[in-house]
Amino acid sequence: MSKVIKVGMADLNICKSPDIITTIGLGSCIGLTFYDPVTKIGGLVHYMLPDSTQMRNNSNIAKFADTGIDELLKQVIRAGANRNRLVSKIAGGAKMFQVSGMSNVGNVGERNALAAKAKLRELRIRLIAEDTGLNYGRTVELHCDTGEFYIKAIGKPIKII
Amino acid sequence: MGKFTLEQVNDRYVDVLREIGNVGAGNATTAIASMLGIRIDMNVPKVELLEVSKLGSAICPEDEIIVGIFLEVQSDIDGSMMFLMKMDSAQFLVNKLMGRDSDYESQFDEMDLSALKEIGNIIAASYLNALSTMTNLVITPSIPHIAVDMAASILSVPAIQFGQFGDNALLIQTEFGDDVMINGFFILMPEQDSYEKILTALGLSL
Repeated sequence: MSKVIKVGMADLNICKSPDIITTIGLGSCIGLTFYDPVTKIGGLVHYMLPDSTQMRNNSNIAKFADTGIDELLKQVIRAGANRNRLVSKIAGGAKMFQVSGMSNVGNVGERNALAAKAKLRELRIRLIAEDTGLNYGRTVELHCDTGEFYIKAIGKPIKII
Repeated sequence: MGKFTLEQVNDRYVDVLREIGNVGAGNATTAIASMLGIRIDMNVPKVELLEVSKLGSAICPEDEIIVGIFLEVQSDIDGSMMFLMKMDSAQFLVNKLMGRDSDYESQFDEMDLSALKEIGNIIAASYLNALSTMTNLVITPSIPHIAVDMAASILSVPAIQFGQFGDNALLIQTEFGDDVMINGFFILMPEQDSYEKILTALGLSL
């Protein structure tokens, strides 16, 4: 029987086959996963903001792309994943309200997705799939037995990336 | 004086927010009652200080579908605000407005969404009026934007706004209605500088 591990907002955790790791209702936040297809060890971070260095209050490392992704990487490697085999998938970064212009609410989702890509490039970890942007919420699940990333949205068929 | 954070929120500020919630809900109730031609009562609002990371499940389970109406505000205060309703409340209001039976239930169509947006607009403007009157500050709202989606997804928007300068968020809960009670949640998200402006205007500078 597989267990389901739940990750909240500004939170992260790791997961091993046959378990599933999930986060519910990603809006403008990003759910980023790491997965090692050989050891079948994975992890998920649900971060809210792109850059901890722009903030004075940055004690919660899972809240930010840069510090959250670093910490997730540390934890999956400590759990036994091989860094060179790690691949990443991301989802979320929606624009929940169609506000105009360059306001923070209007573009934080997009900036969150860009932050993931920049960080992965810096870490030299391959981004192999993404489902980001648009205007709806997403519940995601990483199935550690297969590495499949399930994306569920209201009124839409389940997407597997 | 250090930069304002919600961690410094004191009881008097919460009292003021509750009063804004009270007056705002009163204004909203009157406006909706006359629009729908029904009699409406209201309860004293509750103000809650919550951890940002818990905001997604603050009003209902994270994956429950809710309605969110979002407006940007500007002039003396810059920021945004949001009004949230559970689906049963939203359906009730739309049914009343469209002259349907009160137990009618179906997916919202374009017309329903437009009606909801207008109701949300009236409610939001009622709160902003209360805030404007109490602070003597000019507050101009943008056109309303609406989303019907999972609670956690919609609430990620205020969570991110608050998350930029702290770990807490303020949620004002109001209840109004006649035979059916409408549960509404109101979130005010001023930019950091505007917070200080509001507090100063209220004579509450930290």
